[in-house]
Amino acid sequence: MEHTLTSAHTGEHPRPEKNYLNETTGIWSWMSTLDHKRIGVMYLVGILTAFMIGGTFALLVRLALLNPQHTLFGKVWVTAEMYNRFFTLHGVVMVFLFIIPSIPGSLTNVILPLMLGAKDVAFPRLNLMSFYLWVVGAIMGVTSMIVGAVDTGWTFYTPYSTSTDGTVSLMVMAAFVLGFSSILTGLNFIATVHKLRAPGMGWFDMPLFVWGMYSTAVIQILATPVLAITLVLLAIERSFGIGIFDARLGGDPVLFQHFFWFYSHPAVYIMILPGMAIISELIPTFCRKTMFGYRAIAYSSVSLALVSFIVWGHHMFVAGQSQLANVVFSALTFLVAIPSGVKVFNWLSTMYKGNISFETPMVYALSFLFLFAIGGLTGIFFATLSVDIHLTDTYFVVAHFHYVMMGSTVIAFFGGLHYWWPKITGRMYNEFWGRLGAVLVFIGFNMTFGSQFIMGSQGMPRRYFNYLDQFQPIHAFSTYGSWVLGVAFLITAINLLASLKTGALAPPNPWGGTTMEWMTDSPPIMHNFHDQPVLEREPYDYRPKRVTHV
Amino acid sequence: MSTTPADLQHGGHGADGHDEHNAYHQHHFATMEQQFDTSKLGMWLFLVTEVLTFGGLFAGFGILQGRYPQEFIEAHEHLQRLYGATNTVVLLVSSFTMVMAVLAARTNQKKKLLVYLALTILCACIFMCIKYVEYSHKYHEGLLPFQWYSHEGDGIPGSHGYQAFFSFYFMMTGLHGIHVLTGIGFLSWLMVRASRDEFSSTYYTPVDLVGLFWHLVDLVWIYLFPLYYLIS
Repeated sequence: MEHTLTSAHTGEHPRPEKNYLNETTGIWSWMSTLDHKRIGVMYLVGILTAFMIGGTFALLVRLALLNPQHTLFGKVWVTAEMYNRFFTLHGVVMVFLFIIPSIPGSLTNVILPLMLGAKDVAFPRLNLMSFYLWVVGAIMGVTSMIVGAVDTGWTFYTPYSTSTDGTVSLMVMAAFVLGFSSILTGLNFIATVHKLRAPGMGWFDMPLFVWGMYSTAVIQILATPVLAITLVLLAIERSFGIGIFDARLGGDPVLFQHFFWFYSHPAVYIMILPGMAIISELIPTFCRKTMFGYRAIAYSSVSLALVSFIVWGHHMFVAGQSQLANVVFSALTFLVAIPSGVKVFNWLSTMYKGNISFETPMVYALSFLFLFAIGGLTGIFFATLSVDIHLTDTYFVVAHFHYVMMGSTVIAFFGGLHYWWPKITGRMYNEFWGRLGAVLVFIGFNMTFGSQFIMGSQGMPRRYFNYLDQFQPIHAFSTYGSWVLGVAFLITAINLLASLKTGALAPPNPWGGTTMEWMTDSPPIMHNFHDQPVLEREPYDYRPKRVTHV
Repeated sequence: MSTTPADLQHGGHGADGHDEHNAYHQHHFATMEQQFDTSKLGMWLFLVTEVLTFGGLFAGFGILQGRYPQEFIEAHEHLQRLYGATNTVVLLVSSFTMVMAVLAARTNQKKKLLVYLALTILCACIFMCIKYVEYSHKYHEGLLPFQWYSHEGDGIPGSHGYQAFFSFYFMMTGLHGIHVLTGIGFLSWLMVRASRDEFSSTYYTPVDLVGLFWHLVDLVWIYLFPLYYLIS
């Protein structure tokens, strides 16, 4: 750990009594705060609650599929209708309440201004507003679950969504409000990156996390408004009838899919890019090595953001889209593999001959590399038209996107959470339990979803409540995997919460990181830095000869 | 007018003499200039999202027009071009007065600022009045959106083209109208603040940003007018 940054900026100051967590007290001082770190912490509490709710529904979905008779201890406990609601609520909560706001709202809110050497995000009040919009959206979403029920799946496909009973309109409006929360977050980050970088920090001196979040923010700005207006059209169609999506009025249900995926395919990159951004921090830090191909990773983030806008049609290969459109979208979809591959190769090259250590965040980063490789490569299967037709709407799809969404993004999120936990809370968690949780997540995840690749390739359709007896062993195995996952997250939660009470006090730079967030105290003071930090070294500079200034 | 982060080395926090006294200087910006540029960038990004929101509706309109070309041409005969054209001119004039208001704010001319803001609000109100007259005509003829469409006497039996046309007409001009009303609200807020002497050549950011918003509202109408009133 001799190559740390503690020197010039934090060495002069002993750990201060007051930091952003205890500078002011009382609930109101939190609820009305404009401090990006506190808003990030509030987001963190919110999205982890959402993760718990969504995770519970996931366990229920798996439990319902434990056997084809849907029995538990010899009794039928779940109906097809309940099952439809379980997976809809799992999808809606995980996508709109958890994964889209997760890394941007919580970790990025705290870390991005610190990484740039800024005192706050560009628009602190807007930041607070986007948090409250998230809260309002969450309340609307949860209300629609309690007073009625939504059984459309998270995609709200017409004509089912315009004809089914239940509180679809309220849920759709919840997604609308959450969309605005996401837009404002993205807007804030773009302005922050453009205008609040520390003196001396050019675009190619920024940490790669910032590049990834910047690309994410571009998508949030450009794609989410289209979803917003689509959801409004859907709600109006449902309530009053326009004749745009409803075939009885001369509309076209496939048009809804086009509108929806024009947002929601880029939204997939809103989910994965932040995960990649975190991994780009973890790997050089825990390999103590300069990032291999810094510019290539930076450009690949931006190009993923751009490519994401021209591939949405691959969700409609079997929905009656023209053959020409299918071929074009198929070819464009293959493009996604290039920047993704660039990233993976660069991460691996960074590890090559690095001084690797296996702290908890690195264990998550390694899981990410395995799981993202599988998730990414199976994506190529779907870009291939002939294979896609065979695999559409099977468990293969479910397995594929869980490897990307959960196996990659959620795992990167937990890696990042452990990595920045000392910075955010000022406490070190227990390394043994942290690692154990990470390893169990990896095992449980592969049990749950690896098995679904097999089922899918054998023809088990997704979303079905009933299934053939022949799939029972694999379904049961998948359900057991979900229990391992549940236990793993429980261990992780207890470990992190316990550290708040019993954890050792964190030093400013526990991992030997090179980026600016490690140049201030853990936890930081209200204004982040004691003096305006100035960039003196490029990020990920672990070459010993350069560490001479003290 | 743009500040690069590198410039800030020379103007650290609080080091800049005259900025220090400005009550609107937020703590996390090094200079007032940086603060202004950042706010302006944020506003432009917001306008991008506005364009995309309207863009979704434009796309929907275009797709339905492709499906019902004949009905859309016939339906648009029910719109009065004179009203539409007058409103276009009114909004163009309001954009001019808005530009003059920003100029007045930047040059510390409080009276001029108030006059031009008032003129802009006046134009906005004229626009809304004309829109009200148009809407009530449609209401009496039963040319209403969605399930309420009840106009008799034209159209191809069984076709939903007319209903679709008026659904989109009301959704798009309605959303635009909401923007005009929002604009009136912001402009009035500016007048209150201007009368309290809150703006000066060192701080006129809100005037500038509302100006940008107002030009967008104007621009959207420039596209809506030919789209609905001038189909052939």
